Amino acid sequence: MADIVEQESLDESEDTQKGKFLTFCIGTEYYGIEIKYVTEIIGLQPITEIPEMPIYIKGIINLRGKIIPVMDVRLRFRKPSREYNDRTCIVVIEIREVSIGLIVDTVSEVIAIPDEEIVVPPSVTKEGNRYIKGIGKVGTDVKLLLDSDKLLNETEVESLGNL
Amino acid sequence: MSNQYVNEPMLDLFIFESMQLIEQMELLIIANEKSSSYASEAINEIFRIMHTIKGSSAMMLFNTISTLAHSMEDLFFVLREDKPQNVDYSELSDLVLEGLDFIKLEIAKIRNGDEADGDASELIKSLRVFHATIKGQKSSAHDQNLSDGTDSSESCPPEKQQYYISKVRRTEITSLRNTFQATLRFDQDCGMENLRAFGVVNDLGDLAEEYYHIPEDLDHEDSVRVISEQGFTLFLKTDRSLEEIHRVLIQTFSLKDLQLIQVENSDLFNDLHKERIISLEDSAVKIPTPSGREQVANEQQEKEIQSSATQQSIISVSVAKLDQLMDLVGEMVIAEAMVTQNPDLKGLELNNFQKAARQLRKITSELQDTVMSVRMVPLAGTFQKMNRTLRDMCKKLNKEVQLQLIGQETEVDKNIIEHISDPLMHLIRNSIDHGIEMPSERETKGKPRLGTITLEAKNAGGDVLIIIRDDGEGFNKDRILAKAREKGLIQVPENGITDKEIYNLVLLPGFSTNENVTEFSGRGVGMDVVVKNIEAVGGVITADSVPGKGTTITLKIPLTLAIIDGMNIKVGDSRYTIPTTAIKESFRPKIADVIVDPDNNEMMMVRGQCFSILRLHDIYHVKTDVTEFTDGIIIMVEQDDKTLCIFADELIGQQQVVVKALPTYIRNTKKVRGLAGCTLLGDGSISLILDIAGLIGFRQSA
Repeated sequence: MADIVEQESLDESEDTQKGKFLTFCIGTEYYGIEIKYVTEIIGLQPITEIPEMPIYIKGIINLRGKIIPVMDVRLRFRKPSREYNDRTCIVVIEIREVSIGLIVDTVSEVIAIPDEEIVVPPSVTKEGNRYIKGIGKVGTDVKLLLDSDKLLNETEVESLGNL
Repeated sequence: MSNQYVNEPMLDLFIFESMQLIEQMELLIIANEKSSSYASEAINEIFRIMHTIKGSSAMMLFNTISTLAHSMEDLFFVLREDKPQNVDYSELSDLVLEGLDFIKLEIAKIRNGDEADGDASELIKSLRVFHATIKGQKSSAHDQNLSDGTDSSESCPPEKQQYYISKVRRTEITSLRNTFQATLRFDQDCGMENLRAFGVVNDLGDLAEEYYHIPEDLDHEDSVRVISEQGFTLFLKTDRSLEEIHRVLIQTFSLKDLQLIQVENSDLFNDLHKERIISLEDSAVKIPTPSGREQVANEQQEKEIQSSATQQSIISVSVAKLDQLMDLVGEMVIAEAMVTQNPDLKGLELNNFQKAARQLRKITSELQDTVMSVRMVPLAGTFQKMNRTLRDMCKKLNKEVQLQLIGQETEVDKNIIEHISDPLMHLIRNSIDHGIEMPSERETKGKPRLGTITLEAKNAGGDVLIIIRDDGEGFNKDRILAKAREKGLIQVPENGITDKEIYNLVLLPGFSTNENVTEFSGRGVGMDVVVKNIEAVGGVITADSVPGKGTTITLKIPLTLAIIDGMNIKVGDSRYTIPTTAIKESFRPKIADVIVDPDNNEMMMVRGQCFSILRLHDIYHVKTDVTEFTDGIIIMVEQDDKTLCIFADELIGQQQVVVKALPTYIRNTKKVRGLAGCTLLGDGSISLILDIAGLIGFRQSA
């Protein structure tokens, strides 16, 4: 009985979060990430480097006693790195109990993108949109919707060799 | 057998308690088997344990376990009451241990959420046969009494069986004033009628002095049908009033209908009463108290009262909660440092603050110690378990081995205990199987017939040493060497390898996975599993042997995983922590002591000995201004008899650190060599904990 109630409330919260995306900016593009994955947004913190990691993993941070890794999304997408400034943010996401911080240029806003406004990315490019699972249309703007699962779980073997 | 009504906490408790009781019983049996007769306290204790398991498993509707426990209980009832002579105690122990194994298996199934579907009928049958053999040795006058306690499905007519829960005091029977007859009917389809009825009886336990019910045996499968068809009829004698009894009964769950009447010695009651008296007198021949079963119940109660008075009160807490507490205390230690060493306080004269801060520091460190000590568990339990392994192995292999336990009281972190139980069992098994010779062979070698395995635990600094020593034939050096060569595990010439190194070859993975190893080297099946398990808790395993005299395996295990004493060092902007136990010394090097070989490997001469140098900034690609040896510091570390000089910028200081694992994501991405984990420093920054064994490997393979 209690389970059912819990399930309902879970469904409800999932419902309110459904179709909502946190958008952030890297360079000139806007990206969106499903809000249900986002735990919090924090300012830049001192990062402890971990040796032998791929270049896009900047290290680990201490988030109130919890130690989480941070990934520079810029570098992950093979864009040139940029000096961090006071607008640089860390978006902490949690997927299947794995927490990770994403370093982004700026965080923009939370917007709702209905399913019918999301289109599948064209499959012509070979590598570029591996982490994009959809393109959301908001007015005249376009937001690239990230596949957080792939972002976390597909390790790029080749970048390990660069060290 | 549906357990959908069973709620989880109750199930957990059942599993926990039963497992504990079974372990306790195993110990008792093994301890008593040696003396080839069971002490009467032991029999009482076993009887009590079986009784408890029977009761609780019946409660939880695990009927197979319940009936099996019942059969065992009967067996010990006979032992206890009749003290039969010439009992084959070895066979008895075998049977009972087999039964316990069955129950353990069933409980494991239950724990995993599977249906407890094992079939114990064979076991029960052999228990019955044994029961009959020992029963056959005593006079038939007691048979009547015995059949009272025996299994419900036995051939005697069911109406003869009595199922008493009451605490009858014979003298009081006549003085009781009121007799009631209550008939309870439960809602249709409420299920588990017998259990509900049992609950009613239990509720009445304190109010009624004496009661009988129809159906009498609530354990019996038929009882469900009888209750749902005819209702549950209860006769009770009490000096409480009708209202009081009514109030209790009316609260029964799923009750449809209740009839409660006061009766004046109804025929039914008298019938039951008479039968009761007969059985009472019967048993009174042997014992003064009314009936064996009740005596047990009374004794049990008395015992519990006694033990609760004398024993320290103990509660069981889940390890997860302890882990959480540990984490929190760790956080607090760091938070305390953050407050007291806050940079904002620099240069301020704060006498009162300093005083308060000192107090706080004292309390936090005490708190930390206490939490640590809570997690420490003596090794005794784990060691005792080995008795069982030993016994089974000896029976199977016809060997005679005794187990000697030393230092059982040594305490180790609970997490670690869980990791070493299996490896220990494996090592003991190996020792018996391959180490200890057959008794006849031992005699021809001039050794005592009885082999000895010594299991010893002792503290050594921050580690616990567990030593498994046997007086068997030892390793065969040549065979190990030949095998290692064949497998390509060694390249060096024979004289360049010490005996100790040879013996430790058996611990290498790949060495033991070969099936031939058992007959081949005499040791090693699953040895690499043992090594892996021990390494998982940060332990080290070494093997030594004297041919013909025996083998010694030493496990070196850290006391705890959670907190280590560490030396913080700085390289560039990064901080690292080295476990203090690994540090031999640290010094500022003289440039003259540094030697560079043609491959650009740097080495250092210290008191005539040469050690290789590892530049931390080099291997971890850290930017630092300190690249000259004379500017930085050398920390000499040692692990597993190998020494290495680590070059860092400077020492920051010594501190107790709470070890945290690197985030899963990092671990999944790559296993960084030489990093054991990370920790938070007083200022909230993160320091990486170095794994010395890993760093030494770095240097060797580089």
